[in-house]
Amino acid sequence: MMQFIHKYGSPRYFYQWSAPWQFWLTVLSVILLAVGTYWGLVIAPPDYQMGDSYRILYIHAPSAWMSMFAYMVMAFSGIIALVWRIKVAEVVIGQCAIIGGSFTALALITGMLWGKPMWGAYWVWDARLTSELVLLFLYMGVLALYSAFEDPRTGAKAAAILSIVGVINIPIIHYSVEWWNTLHQGPTVTKLDKPSAHISMLIPLLIMFVGFKTYFFALLFARVRNGILFREKNASWVKEVLELKS
Amino acid sequence: MKEFLNMGGYAIFVWSSYAIVVIVMSGNVIAAKMQRKRIINELQELSEEE
Repeated sequence: MMQFIHKYGSPRYFYQWSAPWQFWLTVLSVILLAVGTYWGLVIAPPDYQMGDSYRILYIHAPSAWMSMFAYMVMAFSGIIALVWRIKVAEVVIGQCAIIGGSFTALALITGMLWGKPMWGAYWVWDARLTSELVLLFLYMGVLALYSAFEDPRTGAKAAAILSIVGVINIPIIHYSVEWWNTLHQGPTVTKLDKPSAHISMLIPLLIMFVGFKTYFFALLFARVRNGILFREKNASWVKEVLELKS
Repeated sequence: MKEFLNMGGYAIFVWSSYAIVVIVMSGNVIAAKMQRKRIINELQELSEEE
């Protein structure tokens, strides 16, 4: 484990192996998002109760899933950064907070645009919505801490601690629809034995989900690679890669 | 086509949410590209000063 982390987490080696991953994930995400969007908007039948408005869920649900997934990635790198002081993990925290925060904002906005025609209100202080809003504030807090210190390592350490503490919010978001009597509907997909959505509506949702996930990793790789170049600006390998005069 | 654009009467909600997602997700990609450009420029200037 230690060896693995040190090998793949060395800035120089990470910069090398992540390049092809970033490329192929980008290609894959463009294809999946295009197919999923077309399928969700055109091919999938309208819902018998919600009509065509349910098509918002094809972007709302993946955004919301990714807002939590990105948080777990961030908190996990927080642990790696705190325990093993891996530079790449420190960079991941800051870059992941930006991407995760934007997914959270998307989940909230698309949710509001779904809530208005379905519930009659853009916003209600329901447990699911409130905990998702808390997630947005957590991302903002992590980002603020990350960039609040002169020394990037101190900032990363502070941001890592907040992100790890904030993990408590993730199960609250996930189980909020079961623990509290929420206006937000219960899980549609994760009841694997008996999903409550029809297969013709489920396939485009799963395509979108994988599309969002590949998009997330492609973007994360791109941002972390940039961050590494900046953090390692004095290293000779960076000058070699960028063909700078040393 | 007209029926498709109308989205069963939910056009404004469906299309505005898709529009926002497209804007934010492509904005993220553009931001990452600009971040790269900015960093590389900065490092270039740094190496020229030396």
